[in-house]
Amino acid sequence: MDWQGQKLAEQLMQILLLIAAVVAFVVGYTTASFRTMMLIYAGGVGVTTLITVPNWPFFNRHPLKWLEPSEAEKHPKPEVVVSSKKKSSKK
Amino acid sequence: MHSFGYRANALLTFSVTALAFICAIASFSDKFSNQNPSAEIQILNINRLKKQSYGNDEVSLTLDISADLQSLFTWNTKQVFAFVAAEYESPMNSLNQVSLWDVIIPDKEHAKFRIQTSNKYRFIDQGHNLRGKEFNLTLHWHVMPKTGKMLADKIVMPGYSLPDAYK
Repeated sequence: MDWQGQKLAEQLMQILLLIAAVVAFVVGYTTASFRTMMLIYAGGVGVTTLITVPNWPFFNRHPLKWLEPSEAEKHPKPEVVVSSKKKSSKK
Repeated sequence: MHSFGYRANALLTFSVTALAFICAIASFSDKFSNQNPSAEIQILNINRLKKQSYGNDEVSLTLDISADLQSLFTWNTKQVFAFVAAEYESPMNSLNQVSLWDVIIPDKEHAKFRIQTSNKYRFIDQGHNLRGKEFNLTLHWHVMPKTGKMLADKIVMPGYSLPDAYK
């Protein structure tokens, strides 16, 4: 996943789970069935897992451009210069 | 969010937190229900009032118990445990509570009932103080929720008494 994809995955996960929780509670309360609430919430968690956890292609629409190895060889690595600086005295 | 395991873990913890939240709201929603249970107990017969071989008094009664506990049931109720206790005072204890009968009510349909029964558990005093004793019969109930705190309450019915002599 790329950076944008990771952000999207996190947001999607939180929003989907919140919606699942709210819908589960409202439907369960109005039908006076605790079991319904639990089943709807479990379904919501399952759907959210399928959407956000695997590495789907739509999470990778802004891929990072790494430098090609052939390109990297053309430019030598900068060398670290170790120089001893003379202390300058103030006049 | 950079790996499968990371996302799976984040989803797991967030979903469990949200689950705890909706269970807390479900438990809180019980406060909005109107509860008005009622009960009545009659003593049909005092079968025996005797002194046991090692000195304690024992009573055997037949009770007629009728109760309507339907309003205690909400969507968040798993079961209601109800029991009848005889309460009285004696020189040895300022309060004696002896459980005579109990029942587990699994749903609303079974919560309105009338039953005639002898006492399920033996009514034995610590001592020999039961002759002519006046006592209360109290119907206690514990409402056990599917999620949340258990609440207990009771109806006290005073004015019962035992015979003055062994029989």
